[in-house]
Amino acid sequence: MFEIPAAEISPSEKAVLRAMGVPSDRGPGPGVERLLEEALEEFRAKAEPRGIVADVDAREFAEIYEGAGGNEPSSPLLTIFPRADRLMLFAVTVGAGLSDRIAALFDAGRPALGAALDAAASEGTELTGVRLDRIVLEEALSQNVADAAAPDIRVLRYSPGYCGWNITGQRALFDTLRPGEIGIRLTESCLMEPLKSISGVMVTGPAAIHEFADDYPFCSDCTTKSCKTRTRSTR
Amino acid sequence: MEILSQIASELQRGADDEVRTLTKSALEQSLEAGVILEEGLLAGMQVVGERFRAHEVFLPEVLLAARAMHAGVEILEPHLGKTDAHSRGKVVIGTVQGDLHDIGKNLVGIMLSGAGFEVIDLGKDVSPEQFVETARDSGADVIGMSALLTTTMPGMKKVIALLKERGLDSSVRTVVGGAPVTEKYAREIGADSYGFDAARAVECVKELVG
Repeated sequence: MFEIPAAEISPSEKAVLRAMGVPSDRGPGPGVERLLEEALEEFRAKAEPRGIVADVDAREFAEIYEGAGGNEPSSPLLTIFPRADRLMLFAVTVGAGLSDRIAALFDAGRPALGAALDAAASEGTELTGVRLDRIVLEEALSQNVADAAAPDIRVLRYSPGYCGWNITGQRALFDTLRPGEIGIRLTESCLMEPLKSISGVMVTGPAAIHEFADDYPFCSDCTTKSCKTRTRSTR
Repeated sequence: MEILSQIASELQRGADDEVRTLTKSALEQSLEAGVILEEGLLAGMQVVGERFRAHEVFLPEVLLAARAMHAGVEILEPHLGKTDAHSRGKVVIGTVQGDLHDIGKNLVGIMLSGAGFEVIDLGKDVSPEQFVETARDSGADVIGMSALLTTTMPGMKKVIALLKERGLDSSVRTVVGGAPVTEKYAREIGADSYGFDAARAVECVKELVG
């Protein structure tokens, strides 16, 4: 289990604004600036970033990926994971306190702060994942995992519910990883609680294995296209 | 009236303290609460809504304006008679069964209220029966449903089917939305409208209510 200081994963004001749908060329007005300051202060006070990882080999992961069998017939991960140097199941969360606070703010008629804190929490959860990527990469370097020292090695995350991996895959993932240890539980509809959590597999390997064309049948329904930014990311 | 324009203008700036003070002043000037609501607060929110649709302002500004509106309404509430609240229609909203994401739905509710609709927010993880029975018992015009997961989206279809089964589909219209929901899916399940974001959802409701 990893515990990460909240200050290390506190998002920037710009990132919070972007998560709220504000274009990057628009700066915040005075009212919005105060709102962001307050939201980030609340974030740092309430966030409890934690992560958990578990090594699996390709055969074990193939079984987990298959899950309840609801995946798309072809998917990027199906071609990526057999070529990985290392596969690790992971889950991260920023804790239940933030979700409770966001709900309380909306209930109290403070939707602006509630929405800003929600955006900060989403960004903070992603930054917790990024922090975990680094921890895993550094560990791989120290343990001489495959070619971890090679300059083009990437640690990238893939999650159930995205890119053809059916969300019901969460069940098999949770059975193996057991993220209850860091306070995450799975609902009947495969939602994680706290909501501000991410789970999936961290794939360590050369950048080339992570590259794929976004022309799978399900890509046309995808509104985020986050695979493009992820595969461009550097170590 | 100068003070009503000031209320509308301060609301657009998201200045809740100023809106509160001006609303009190307007009451002290013996303006009717219903007039202050319509020509001050709702008029201001309408401008914010128009500017939001035109991408001149964004979500944080809209929510700050909503907070200012809330501040003004709190002052007016004890003075509002039943006839003062000119609701444009009644909308039941909620996140479908099994889904716990409610930020998007909350934003739709805030914007609907700002546009003058009466909103009954059932919260999250709402069963088809809760949606339909609340709409029937409250005489709602529209049910707005949100889902953030492909696994929970079928809950929308169940609500629409239940409305049909109970013969309510002609009196209660439906709007669906949420990240995985597409216009194609909305059509497939027989929803009356598809709101791809909160602003569009409000437009959908306006169109359905007429």
